[in-house]
Amino acid sequence: MSHILRIENLHVAVEGKAILRGVNLEMKFGETHALMGPNGSGKSTLGLAIAGHPNYEITAGTISLDGEDITEWEADQRARAGIFMAFQRPVAIPGVKTADFLRHAATNVRRPDRKEGEDLIPMREFRKELKSKMEQLKIDSEFARRYVNDGFSGGEMKRAEILTMAMLSPKFSILDETDSGLDADAVKLASASIAEIGRDKMGLLIITHHDKLLEHNPPQFTHVMLGGRIVETGGAELARELHDHGYERIRKTYPDAEAANQEMLGKEEAVAV
Amino acid sequence: MTSTADKKLSVRFDEAGFEQLLERRIDPVWITEARKEAWAAFESMDWPNPRDENWMRSDLRAFKLDRYQPIDESVVQSVPGAPIRLLEGVDVGGSIRSENGMVTFESLDEKFAAKGVVFGSLSRCARDHAELVKKHLHSQIDTRSDRFAALQAAMWTDGYFLYVPKNVVIDKPLHIHAAMADGSVDLTHTLIVLEEGAEATVLFESSSDSDAAGGFHCGGLELVVNQRSNLRFVALQDWGGGTWHFAHQRAKVGQDANLQWTIAAMGSRFAQVDQQVALVGTGANSHVNGVMFTRDRQHLTYNTIQRHAAQHCKSDFLYKAVLQDRSRTVWRGMIKVDAGADKTDGYQRNDNLLLSDNARADSIPGLEILADDVRCTHGSTSGRVDEELIFYAQSRGFTRVEAVRMIVTGFFQQIFDRITIESVREALGAAIARQVRQYE
Repeated sequence: MSHILRIENLHVAVEGKAILRGVNLEMKFGETHALMGPNGSGKSTLGLAIAGHPNYEITAGTISLDGEDITEWEADQRARAGIFMAFQRPVAIPGVKTADFLRHAATNVRRPDRKEGEDLIPMREFRKELKSKMEQLKIDSEFARRYVNDGFSGGEMKRAEILTMAMLSPKFSILDETDSGLDADAVKLASASIAEIGRDKMGLLIITHHDKLLEHNPPQFTHVMLGGRIVETGGAELARELHDHGYERIRKTYPDAEAANQEMLGKEEAVAV
Repeated sequence: MTSTADKKLSVRFDEAGFEQLLERRIDPVWITEARKEAWAAFESMDWPNPRDENWMRSDLRAFKLDRYQPIDESVVQSVPGAPIRLLEGVDVGGSIRSENGMVTFESLDEKFAAKGVVFGSLSRCARDHAELVKKHLHSQIDTRSDRFAALQAAMWTDGYFLYVPKNVVIDKPLHIHAAMADGSVDLTHTLIVLEEGAEATVLFESSSDSDAAGGFHCGGLELVVNQRSNLRFVALQDWGGGTWHFAHQRAKVGQDANLQWTIAAMGSRFAQVDQQVALVGTGANSHVNGVMFTRDRQHLTYNTIQRHAAQHCKSDFLYKAVLQDRSRTVWRGMIKVDAGADKTDGYQRNDNLLLSDNARADSIPGLEILADDVRCTHGSTSGRVDEELIFYAQSRGFTRVEAVRMIVTGFFQQIFDRITIESVREALGAAIARQVRQYE
């Protein structure tokens, strides 16, 4: 399979404030990319813009999947086309069982032309598949009956996101700090799970601060984001360098981007106040 | 065009209309007397005062009683096409159907009839089982509480009567369907009496012959749940979108008896329902589930009272509303604890989910406690549907409308979890899903 996700000169604004200022990125099916960068550099924004969050306004540039321009597509169209994002903080949906949610999601993604109200994947068949995926990911079977992310611990949420990724088998997955808030063992498990589900079976864009999540997922490409742009791209060794030595070198090498980053952080704080 | 001749013939809810009703009917004398008394009350009263606490959020200006005509009991009513939603997959033990407030069909399994169960037309039962009906009819509803209660008590046309003798268990649900034609009326009364140790499940639904049908429903409901008896009562109100719905509903729960009462209010343009559960025997237990789902310019008001008149009683009221378009709900909850009703456990909660900026939900919880040793809790929440939830579901392939539908279903799940009848859960879930609009 050869699929390409291409991001060209992407500019994104949130509530009128520019965050991304010309991002270029190309990912092929089967590749693993790491996206790193200091806080506020725009990593999550890139993920959410690719996923189609309505509050992330694309002011210039394009996102295309296999040559088709999906810049204006709704989030659900993108999901059906094979774009997936594992959220840093997935929301809870009280009253909706995880199994029911995933069954509906999987049906829509696997049958992109399904009309509302048409049958879902047969219950028995779906349960069997879900059960085996949960076993593979070492997730307790009781999980399926719990309400979506409702009362989940940080680790449970992240594993639920990986389970969702497993059930939807997207062409491209963006994993937004799937290691945040997890202890060392949990990160290890998450890393192994991502490799098991995703490696060579999709394109992976792993947003992270650390290299632990990359342990089982050595990136062919590491991108460093600063001030809303990708300022440097390298291999796995770049991820290691950033993990070991931080962003000092990057900040010094790209003063313009660093200034933009500081400006964005300042704005964020002003908003937070 | 209405000709002058037609106008002369047309009967209204007035003195002449009332006299004609008395002439047409074959009621026992005690009923005729009760009707006359109620009519006198109706004549002496004004329409509800908009300054009255229970009516101050209700706008009756568009309601014109003169637009409606009493039903002629001598003409067989027929309302084809009014949907039935609660019967899917249910094996019923008996059923009653009314059309424009007149019972047109009644049945009861022989095995229940043989045990002394009575289930059928209230008018007929008032003649055939006069002592049973007389003891309870309008015994709980104050027919002078407002003009609608008085009108209903004076001019009720028919209704549904269930009597379950001591220790008799009806192990199949009984079904009642009230159908009303566009522009017609339904002045029915429901009377359910469970004697000591009896058990029954009643599925009640009302619907019109078209989605937008107008009409006037002015009803009464009385549940008598005697000691150690167990009643599950489910009511789905799905009148057409132009219907005016007024009802007084009362339940009386005796010692160690259980009442599980589920209300789903989906239809009508305007509803004003006074609902009261009185716990009158030690250890009485009541569980009330309310589901409201509104659209267009619907305006539904529920004034609920959970009255604790005995010790060690439990009342648990949970109302949830989802509002679309420019619709509005008003929910008043009151826990009243009489002096001496110690060890009371009272709970009430109202949660509202707004799907539109133009919808409005008023929630007015209240407590009136005259006993010392009680535990009463209440609360309410109202809020817009969270766009982040919609985006999350969309990012998993749900369309926007599917996402909203799922969130709404999830919001009601807490209530569905409390409904112990699976077919009812499914029917209500389907009815709700059908009403979720396409949102942009």
